[in-house]
Amino acid sequence: MSATRLPNPSLSAPASELTVALVGNPNTGKSTLFNALAGMNQRVGNYPGVTVEKKIGRTKIENTRVIVIDLPGTYSLSPKSPDELVTFDVLAGRKPGEPIPQLIICVVDANNLERNLYLCSQVLEMNLPVVIALNMVDVAKRNQIEIDVAKLSEKLDVPVIPIQANRKLGLDELRRAVISARESASLRHAVFSTEFLTTIEPVRNHLINARPTPHADFLARRMVLDTSNLVAESQLDEGLNVKIEAAREILRKQHRSLAAIESIARYRWIENLLEGVLARQDKQAVLWGDRLDKVLTHRVWGSLVFVALMAIVFQAIFAWAGPVMEGIEGLVGIASDWVTRTMPDGMLKSLVADGVMAGVGGVIIFLPQIFILFFFIAILEDCGYMSRAAFLMDKLMSRIGLSGKSFIPLLSSFACAIPGVMATRVIENPRDRLITMLVAPLMSCSARIPVYVLLIAAFIPNTSYLGGVLGLQGITMFAMYSIGVVVAVIVAFVLRKTLLRGPTPPFVMELPEYKFPGISTVMRRMFGQGWAFVKRAGTLIFCVSVIVWALAYFPRHPDTEAGVRASFAEAREQVELKIAAGDGEPEELDQLQQEIDNEVSSVYLQKSFLGQMGKAIEPLVLPLGWDWKIAAATIASFPAREVIVGTLGVIYSVGADADEETELLRDRLRNATWDGSDRKVYNAPVALSIMVFFALCAQCVSTLAIMRRETASWRWPIFTFVYMTVLAYVGALITYQVGSYFLL
Amino acid sequence: MLSLADLQPGQQGTVTAIQGDDQITARLYEMGLTPGCKAKYLGAAPLGDPLEFEVRSYRLSLRKNEALRVDVIVD
Repeated sequence: MSATRLPNPSLSAPASELTVALVGNPNTGKSTLFNALAGMNQRVGNYPGVTVEKKIGRTKIENTRVIVIDLPGTYSLSPKSPDELVTFDVLAGRKPGEPIPQLIICVVDANNLERNLYLCSQVLEMNLPVVIALNMVDVAKRNQIEIDVAKLSEKLDVPVIPIQANRKLGLDELRRAVISARESASLRHAVFSTEFLTTIEPVRNHLINARPTPHADFLARRMVLDTSNLVAESQLDEGLNVKIEAAREILRKQHRSLAAIESIARYRWIENLLEGVLARQDKQAVLWGDRLDKVLTHRVWGSLVFVALMAIVFQAIFAWAGPVMEGIEGLVGIASDWVTRTMPDGMLKSLVADGVMAGVGGVIIFLPQIFILFFFIAILEDCGYMSRAAFLMDKLMSRIGLSGKSFIPLLSSFACAIPGVMATRVIENPRDRLITMLVAPLMSCSARIPVYVLLIAAFIPNTSYLGGVLGLQGITMFAMYSIGVVVAVIVAFVLRKTLLRGPTPPFVMELPEYKFPGISTVMRRMFGQGWAFVKRAGTLIFCVSVIVWALAYFPRHPDTEAGVRASFAEAREQVELKIAAGDGEPEELDQLQQEIDNEVSSVYLQKSFLGQMGKAIEPLVLPLGWDWKIAAATIASFPAREVIVGTLGVIYSVGADADEETELLRDRLRNATWDGSDRKVYNAPVALSIMVFFALCAQCVSTLAIMRRETASWRWPIFTFVYMTVLAYVGALITYQVGSYFLL
Repeated sequence: MLSLADLQPGQQGTVTAIQGDDQITARLYEMGLTPGCKAKYLGAAPLGDPLEFEVRSYRLSLRKNEALRVDVIVD
């Protein structure tokens, strides 16, 4: 062989490629490490939850191109939910189309070595080179935990690299270890007894005969030990099933329970491993985290802090975003003015000014609020409070048959139902997961903020109580959020009692240590979500804005305009005569001219496709206090609810005089009147009725599409769409009828 | 036989067994509640459930229903 070896030209190019998978328990700083390794060079799913979506990054170590796969945090490779099965399938190379890992970095929290090593011991059986990244060694030191890293590495026979992912310390050592470990031989740790291994031998042999796999040992263990059968399901045949059951039968006779075998063996192995490696000083002083926890989970103080935190978040969304929003509003106004002045009249100008600028510009304005909301969500998540929130809320959630775990997906849904629906993957129980998913779109997502802000600012008086602490506008906003929550509670309860009956699932959750939130983690999440929103505004909302503009612009027959102008001819002549006689002011003619132009626009809109659609359903929405324009705008916002602001912008700017100063949409809404009368369309009950409709309606194609993906059927998205639309109509109806009784 | 749910705040017990042989049992074992392991009851959530324990030097939260499955001997 050596005789035929020729110089390989490809050797001068970057040597090779290496695929590395990151695994670890939740709350180990795994995502922080991933970000530190991959930097900006990462591809994240469209709507990232925290660790739910699979993330793939690229980096280069020495001459090697490295692909890093960030897998969802998990306590065990024994999958109990679809989420955990993803981790397993990627690691075992069973996921078609995904890069197959050649090395595993196991991220371990130095403060929690015992339980973290459980996952490690499973990873070590995967017949792949492993490097252990021992994270948060600084915190461990502060907690007076001493780890003999050299000894641990020696006993495990794999590299153990102490790191501080948040401060990017130890990463070079980790990179070097990855490169030198890539060829390392796999190891055998005697976790299980020979007796056990003999028992599962037939399963292992069956797997090897069926198809060659480097993971036969590991797969056999999983298939026999996991009563969830998730691993076995994908390749189950009659013969394999018989062998699995036979092995289980023997094991059940030997042991207390099948469930206990693996954990008892692994924790015994871990205890031996940590002998002489881990030293813990007896806790003398109460740690600050303990003291904080005493307050935050306290019966009275904990609940107060929770309510106060939520109130601060809502107040901040309103108060802090204001100045920035005005700035953006100003810029959009300037751009719009510029277009109006420089472009020639016609269809294209109308498209740019009334379609694109009004539509997209009207939505971009709400970016500051989305940033603020995600800023808070990211901080609460990163500092460890989110789990406490689940702990505090569990009893309440269990009343409606859900668990505290549903709280986090539902809270995320306040930002956007899409990551919320995806975050439901952490809920093991399928029924719980489905219910959470079905009510998630009822949480007031950030796309509803534009609707609320616009209508509240325009129609709810800025009255304040208790010396400015509480404002009527803030209370209204809070009420809109509350309506979604209350309705979600009722819907979840009803579903639990009817369509989705079943036993209450368990609640087993780690309460992670408190830590100071990482600035880069918070910023990354905040800007990531903000960017996702901008992309939506730039693509989906752009498309919808153009479509809506087209529906409002066409059909455009010149006879329509001529007809309107002709009907005003007599009036115009009279005014002209009056001015010629010296009886009137020239302004009167301008006023009339303006009136005629508005009438032209109005008639065009009435005759447009959108106008026709709105008029067709006007009888249906009259009991809600809506005119056909609101109906038309609502129709247009079914694909994505935030579009309503843009649509209203289009509807009310059609026919706006080119030389006129750009009016705020708010003022236009205030001045809008019913066709053929001076009666104002909008008042507080109408504004509330629109807001309630938008709070409850499933106006988001993306959410329904995600639901279809997660449930693998159209049944539940259609169900959601129907029930939410019906609720929205009924809710808006009650709001308007009751509201006009009391407020008018 | 006492269970984890019977401990008083601040009281510590040693796990002897977990009742059942299902997914919940498997999860409880995986989280470290194996026979011989110490568990200290720290307190309950404001509404009385779930409960918080210190297990293998981390904090674990369980509902009363699950804590009832874990047999302990009080230390």
